[in-house]
Amino acid sequence: MMELKEIQRLEGHTDKVWSLAWNPTTGHAGIPLVFASCSGDKTVRIWEQNLSSGLWACTAVLDETHTRTVRSCAWSPSGKLLATASFDATTAIWENVGGDFECVSTLEGHENEVKCVSWNAAGTLLATCSRDKSVWIWEVLPGNEFECVSVLQGHSQDVKMVKWHPTEDILFSCSYDNSVKVWADEGDSDDWQCVQTLGEPNNGHTSTVWALSFNVSGDKMVTCSDDLTLKVWETESVGTQSGGGFAPWTHLCTLSGYHDRTIFSVHWSREGIFASGAADNAIRLFVDDNESQVGGPLYKLLLKKEKAHDMDINSVQWSPGEKPVLASASDDGTIKVWELTSY
Amino acid sequence: MVTELINANPIIYEKKERRAPSAPSAPHDEYAVEPIDQQEDPEHPYSLEELKVITEEAVEVDDQRNYVRVTFTPTVEHCSMATVIGLCLRVKLMRSLPSRYKVDIRVAPGSHATEAAVNKQLNDKERVAAALENPNLLNMVDDCLASSYD
Repeated sequence: MMELKEIQRLEGHTDKVWSLAWNPTTGHAGIPLVFASCSGDKTVRIWEQNLSSGLWACTAVLDETHTRTVRSCAWSPSGKLLATASFDATTAIWENVGGDFECVSTLEGHENEVKCVSWNAAGTLLATCSRDKSVWIWEVLPGNEFECVSVLQGHSQDVKMVKWHPTEDILFSCSYDNSVKVWADEGDSDDWQCVQTLGEPNNGHTSTVWALSFNVSGDKMVTCSDDLTLKVWETESVGTQSGGGFAPWTHLCTLSGYHDRTIFSVHWSREGIFASGAADNAIRLFVDDNESQVGGPLYKLLLKKEKAHDMDINSVQWSPGEKPVLASASDDGTIKVWELTSY
Repeated sequence: MVTELINANPIIYEKKERRAPSAPSAPHDEYAVEPIDQQEDPEHPYSLEELKVITEEAVEVDDQRNYVRVTFTPTVEHCSMATVIGLCLRVKLMRSLPSRYKVDIRVAPGSHATEAAVNKQLNDKERVAAALENPNLLNMVDDCLASSYD
């Protein structure tokens, strides 16, 4: 039997904690695990693990830059920069300078609240999305400068999340318009186009899509929604196509009946377990159903952690490192760190 | 044991009397908050009640599941204030109810032309949070709610 055991409950934020992100360069070779969290209190907090106690402490509070809720945060692949998306219509870029975080750039342009920010795998591109229905792609230039190379229109409503593919420079966005859009650069001159829309006509979600996550090899994706389902999608083997066209995504299965209220977050671990965080205050873990009969369900519930938090769970993220832990962020103002154990 | 508890503590007896027969009996806790009962003055915004936008029957409370659903009827079918009214209801409930309650707010079926769109917006908590950071909108909501705090 598997159990999700609480390692620690972290307080400090004075409002909803909307999102958290692990620094991808931590948790290896004796480097303590570090993550950032962002909140309705307009601040971003940096949490670092003490290697002897194994517990996290807040080592920095990034404040007095964003004037409204900070909705999303994302580390660059190098771990040196942190991007934060805010309801103040800006995205701030912070650089870690000897343990202190300095705001080195502010990206403006969106008409209203910025909902999410995401770095591509190489750290050369940054994507942002907003309630203004647009997705912006920024090129990372030397000297912490950012140039907007494309403004993507196509979603008919509020865009909730953007996420780059783990290995290809393909961007995915999910929206209040119930769809997931796939964007690719069709050419050599930043000609970004929508190459696919996963909407209701092709087994897509029937309400707001809040988040998505890829498996480790990038050939499967899981999406979560206000329609109380998780959907898994797959594509042809990524990487085998040499200069060929974009490989479309197809619906694989829908996990329904497990969630009582909106699913705000989903994250797929390197070990193949995906976690969901929902408005019913529970964390659920799902895994491949290897014992499934042909035509049977492909994924099964591994466990459900009831009352993981006192209020809605807004973000669940598996950590990097040899033995990943799961962190969760909630409307109750706290972050919890969990480990998956067997008993 | 059950008999002893009932004899020893009238509150349990009182609670049990109001509970559906098949409901499991929750262990009594001296810190237990009295359930919110629809009969116990749910503090509807008074002016909305006068307009029949909201009525006592429109509030569904499920204490066991920590759930509240409010169904309201805009005064006219194309009422552009439907989302503001719904927002006022939500803010009122957010401020009045314990945080464990899940609240759904909806327009009475068939009463508004863009019912589905209004319902989706009112129940998107991120959009609600962003709206409440807008000082103009928040002031409007506070004005609407001011009299209900008397």
